[in-house]
Amino acid sequence: MLSSITQAPVEAHSHNRWEPYVDNGGTSLAIAGADFVIIAADTRQSDGYSINTRYDPKAFELSNKTVIATTGYAADAKRLVEVMEQKAQSYFHKHERVMSTPAMAQLLSNTLYYKRFFPYYVFPILAGLDSQGKGAVFTYDPVGNMERTVYVACGSASALVQPFLDNQVGFANQRAADPNRLLDRETARKIAIDAFTGATERDIYTGDWLEIFTIDQTGVHREKRELKRD
Amino acid sequence: MDPIEFRLPHTIHRPAASAKHGPVTRTTQPIVTGTSVVAFKYKDGIMMAADCLASYGSLARFRNEKRLMAVGETTLLGVSGDMSDFQHLQHTLEGLLTQEYDMDDGQKLGTKSVYKCISNIMYNRRSKTDPLWNSYVIGGIDNGQKFLGFVDLYGTTYQSTTISTGFGGHLAQPILRRRVEGREDEITEEEAVQILEECMRVLFYRDARSLNKLRRAKVTAQGVEVSEPYALETNWDFAESIVGYGS
Amino acid sequence: MAPLTEPSAGFKFDNVKRNQLLGDKGYKLPTATKTGTTIVGLIFKDGLILGADTRATAGPIVADKNCEKIHYLAPNMYCCGAGTAADTEFTTNMISSQLALHSLNTGREVRVVAAMTMLKQYLYKYHGHVGAALVLGGYDVTGPHLFTIYPHGSTDKLPYVTMGSGSLAAMSVFESRWRPGMSREEGIEVVKDAIEAGIFNDLGSGSNVDVCVITKGNAEYLRNYSTPNERVQKEQSYRFTPGTTEFYAPRVARQAQEPAEMDTSA
Repeated sequence: MLSSITQAPVEAHSHNRWEPYVDNGGTSLAIAGADFVIIAADTRQSDGYSINTRYDPKAFELSNKTVIATTGYAADAKRLVEVMEQKAQSYFHKHERVMSTPAMAQLLSNTLYYKRFFPYYVFPILAGLDSQGKGAVFTYDPVGNMERTVYVACGSASALVQPFLDNQVGFANQRAADPNRLLDRETARKIAIDAFTGATERDIYTGDWLEIFTIDQTGVHREKRELKRD
Repeated sequence: MDPIEFRLPHTIHRPAASAKHGPVTRTTQPIVTGTSVVAFKYKDGIMMAADCLASYGSLARFRNEKRLMAVGETTLLGVSGDMSDFQHLQHTLEGLLTQEYDMDDGQKLGTKSVYKCISNIMYNRRSKTDPLWNSYVIGGIDNGQKFLGFVDLYGTTYQSTTISTGFGGHLAQPILRRRVEGREDEITEEEAVQILEECMRVLFYRDARSLNKLRRAKVTAQGVEVSEPYALETNWDFAESIVGYGS
Repeated sequence: MAPLTEPSAGFKFDNVKRNQLLGDKGYKLPTATKTGTTIVGLIFKDGLILGADTRATAGPIVADKNCEKIHYLAPNMYCCGAGTAADTEFTTNMISSQLALHSLNTGREVRVVAAMTMLKQYLYKYHGHVGAALVLGGYDVTGPHLFTIYPHGSTDKLPYVTMGSGSLAAMSVFESRWRPGMSREEGIEVVKDAIEAGIFNDLGSGSNVDVCVITKGNAEYLRNYSTPNERVQKEQSYRFTPGTTEFYAPRVARQAQEPAEMDTSA
């Protein structure tokens, strides 16, 4: 009885357009203090289940007081950083002054929104000191929505790291803790490191190396540490 | 006048051809393709290898293709993916080299500049959603520094001591990472050739789109050198003992 | 009057259609835990060696950092599993008990081909919907045997095999280092390096190396034979002071010695 035998449906390809995006993984975070800010990112670049390279930095100094960290699509991230570097340079030569972190933050938002209908598939965070010398962290979505926060996690392990920071930096769900208390430098650094060793344990796209930038009055200080490579 | 009817090969995608602007054509899939490129740093510079096959689907169509080329005097370029897109890039690079020559300013095009140039071409083409369907490996010595970089059809770039494209990324890269990483300044040319041939042999055993006819190339302080095609020794003794797939 | 039913022949794909419809209406089917995996096996001079990594993943998340992928089948037989975790676990378990019964019935040690045939026939029946990709190894009266069994039910009999998302990384080690008639020590070393190639180059594989050496009349399970991924010490302690967690109404648990009254009225 042929009528009861149905053909297994074949997936319909009405339109096979090439996807111009890939996800290269990676995680970044930033924590602001009273007179400093920490921003960190791992250096693994991956494609699917393969590691492209164990060392491809995704955090860059835009000036001696501002650092940007990127996750998502590496090619877009690199182009975005290039564009930001060029704009920072041109500002410096025009005004004979290094651009302030809040100005750089707004510039980044505008740069992202400029490509609203063909976005940079990047989740950037920007860290530096504000005009009062306080630590400042700015977070974005790929099309330029900006928010100033005290701490944030981005990228492939953000869903793992953000709740940890909420609890340890934002003191969420801790009775009698002052949610507005800012961390001291050493504690913030330790939390950043533990966040990444933890993320490396449970997120397959995070690992290899960790780069930590600490920004204070004296400038930007970089530290490189090992993470697990599996 | 009658409109001219023309048919494009089945492989070319033509979205909404308009009489005014002509048809839009872009590579939506690679046609004639080259497989893996394997490359790494060693004591004297960069080693690279690729076989001589250009496949047409599962047909071993062209068996004497050159997939390694010198760009200027200190740069080596390895290619995998669509061969026509590669030849297009080759044409562009020749134009670039001619321009540089015409400058007549004694400046040589360095490896990093070639890398940046190819990376920009690749990223710009992907941004037009009209990619060059390739993965490129660029190696060389730039200002006395060894350089090895990668770029693909997405404009994704990275630099590393060991790079392999395509199937090599799965089969050769584990061998290279184990044998080369951390030792790039001590590996002699002899050992480098041995490592390279081990990778190419494994690829020949397991990559169905490969060929046991390959070229080896190196960049040293003396410049670029691409070998003539040669074959590797293989061993199929174990096959004697295989009988059936079950009992 | 037309006959009520005609005997149907062939496969029915009614459920495929139904699932497609449900999918189109936005109903998401639950997804199973897949183990991105590296599993291997090789024949050496006196028998065979199986190897596996110990990472289980659920999408991008590591679900288990030290799971066991080498399953027991019979005293002389073990089986590595890749693919859908539940399928590998239940399939090997079920075949294991059938093998035990078979062995009791016949009064003999069961042969590896028997296990292989039972596995492939079971998997073929489900046309790949039971997502178990296996490396089966054992030593019986006819000598050492090593098989791979794919989810669709096809099998291979080869002197060295790899499976899972790290299969190519592991195979690169075998293709350059496997030789016929290797010693036990050499064999274990090659298996360890093959699994470690998967652990460090394939994101679906990670953590530790499990090894199982099967020789005539003996099977040695070397759990966590190599542990190249030990976690570093944390920078600080995350112990909370008691009472940190917020609660609404204080309530003290009843004393243990206080007899609980049971309602026996009904």
